[in-house]
Amino acid sequence: MQAQTLYEKLWSSHVVHEESDGTALIYIDRHLIHEVTSPQAFEGLKLAGRKPWRVGSIVATADHNTPTDHWDQGITDPVSRQQVETLDANIRAVGALAYFPFKDQRQGIVHVVGPENGATLPGMTVVCGDSHTSTHGAFACLAHGIGTSEVEHVLATQCLIQKKSKTMLIRVDGTLGKGVTAKDVALAIIGHIGTAGGTGYAIEFGGSAMRGLSMEGRMTVCNMAIEAGARMGFVAVDDTTIEYLRGRPFSPTGDDWDKAVAYWRTLHSDEGASFDKVFELRADQIEPQVTWGTSPEMVTGVRGRVPNPAREKDAVRREGMERALQYMGLNPDTPIAEVRIDKVFIGSCTNSRIEDLRQAAAIVRGRRKADNVKLALVVPGSGLVKRQAESEGLDKIFTAAGFEWREPGCSMCLAMNADRLEPGERCASTSNRNFEGRQGAGGRTHLVSPAMAAAAAIAGRFADVREVL
Amino acid sequence: MDAFTILDGLVAPLDRNNVDTDAIIPKQFLKSIKRSGFGPNAFDEWRYMDVGEPGMDNSKRPLNPKFVLNQDRYQGASVLLTRANFGCGSSREHAPWALLDYGFRVIVAESFADIFFNNCYKNGILPIVLPKAEVDALFGLVEHTPGFRLKVDLPAQLVTRPDGHGMPFDVDPFRKECLINGWDDIGLTLRHADKIREYESRRRAEHPYYYS
Ligand code: SF4
Repeated sequence: MQAQTLYEKLWSSHVVHEESDGTALIYIDRHLIHEVTSPQAFEGLKLAGRKPWRVGSIVATADHNTPTDHWDQGITDPVSRQQVETLDANIRAVGALAYFPFKDQRQGIVHVVGPENGATLPGMTVVCGDSHTSTHGAFACLAHGIGTSEVEHVLATQCLIQKKSKTMLIRVDGTLGKGVTAKDVALAIIGHIGTAGGTGYAIEFGGSAMRGLSMEGRMTVCNMAIEAGARMGFVAVDDTTIEYLRGRPFSPTGDDWDKAVAYWRTLHSDEGASFDKVFELRADQIEPQVTWGTSPEMVTGVRGRVPNPAREKDAVRREGMERALQYMGLNPDTPIAEVRIDKVFIGSCTNSRIEDLRQAAAIVRGRRKADNVKLALVVPGSGLVKRQAESEGLDKIFTAAGFEWREPGCSMCLAMNADRLEPGERCASTSNRNFEGRQGAGGRTHLVSPAMAAAAAIAGRFADVREVL
Repeated sequence: MDAFTILDGLVAPLDRNNVDTDAIIPKQFLKSIKRSGFGPNAFDEWRYMDVGEPGMDNSKRPLNPKFVLNQDRYQGASVLLTRANFGCGSSREHAPWALLDYGFRVIVAESFADIFFNNCYKNGILPIVLPKAEVDALFGLVEHTPGFRLKVDLPAQLVTRPDGHGMPFDVDPFRKECLINGWDDIGLTLRHADKIREYESRRRAEHPYYYS
């Protein structure tokens, strides 16, 4: 048999029907739902008099609009509350495998909640009305974001109409330096291939450095695949994947577990499988990264400088850089380590898992945030992460250093709740998008790893975490 | 969904790469549970001088005179001309809803982000990719020609400038047929309901652990 890529294996095992032009109906195993992109889909379904195809595929949670403090007061913003209550009502009417509503012990960011409950399993197709669904690819899934019309389509038919993507292999070989994390790998890749570099491709992340990452780290890298333009990114199954899944609430048990593991072991690209494109990066050459602009590709190492648009030859790119520097309030050629910050955000579906919090806490332990840092926010990805962290005493380390320890949710990643930047404020953020206004109108976002965010909070400016370790 | 065949429309230019869906419709407007009414908040942060919140009377808000779409000459435009990687970022379908509600039926760009591209078709917007050289030329023409229009012929897959210069474009045959007929994807898919059931029972037997 011809050598197949992981993508081809996952794709062909989900084809329900294929037209002669390659348009295919793809079966969906897991449908994750949150409050922002689903109300119009449920409404459309109802208006058309249709029933959901398989409610057992649905795992839902409220995360984008939920506050991260004063939970006893409920959701005070009436528009946010209406959206969350609409999800409550829709799930009540329709049903689900699991629903983690606001204040539930297991509530959290949908991309944290799915994997930690074993609701994301290797070999699945996983969709959600959210672009960071690529996160779940860490488990060798075909996982990608969809729009609201497609949410309705999956509800009604359990399928999506799709065309096969091209394949790209990104190999990261070698050993990551001390203090260099999965987030730095993701940002370095985007810095190299650009925010449109992966457009039209399904990216497989491989190489010894990728295999050396924990599941949390792999999720961070796959999460950012969308920022490289790819709808999905994934990693092959290995022992790390299987060990992570053992004993999770929705993981198979008994004979089913053995059967599943035997199948999952086949979920890797075969020796000699060919990709449409291959990109290679040396792990030991990756430095801790800091973005300086308003797109994740506008990134450099912490020892670098803000670039000078005068040296950019392409006119459209030059104007883009100038606009970004103006928005960010930065002068060309400024050393990154001289850029002072106002706020720190540790959280989001990119970096709010237990390992992320441990990495940040390791830097913070025994230190204090700088006085010029007005707010250093730690928002665990889920209730389970929060309790795990508290059992390890991480919350105490953060609060003793002047950080705020909050309830789980998306929070200042997109500032749909009360957590946000004021105009002109500069933030070291572990989230995934530094777009204009993303963390609040006029706010200035620099994307970094949890360890780098922690180091910035302590120094009051960007600092090389390797010097702090 | 409204069918799309031929459109002759005024062109508005947005000369930027990487216009993201946060810029097209900022998150505070995503709290709506409706599909319509997003047009007045399309490009909200660039378009108005103040910070927009849901429930404001947008007709009373101060417009940013520097934002290109606020210029008189582009009012009523139905074709948006832009650069590379348009629609990147969040998967929010509120972005095409906002553009459609604003009045755009066609977006011409050097390239699009995948999810946004897909979302356009689901809402009767035609996203057209043209080579960079053609896009460059169009930006020049729009700037120097008041009232510059383009004719977009989906059945013929051709964009035509007023000077007669024709630019063919690619479109997936399936998507083209859906758009021309205004078909609802769900109805089309449900014609295969038996096949979906068949697949499902096979999968359940082979991989029971995905069904617990
Ligand atoms: S944490 Fe941020 S990126 Fe992730 S799902 Fe929430 S809003 Fe989206």
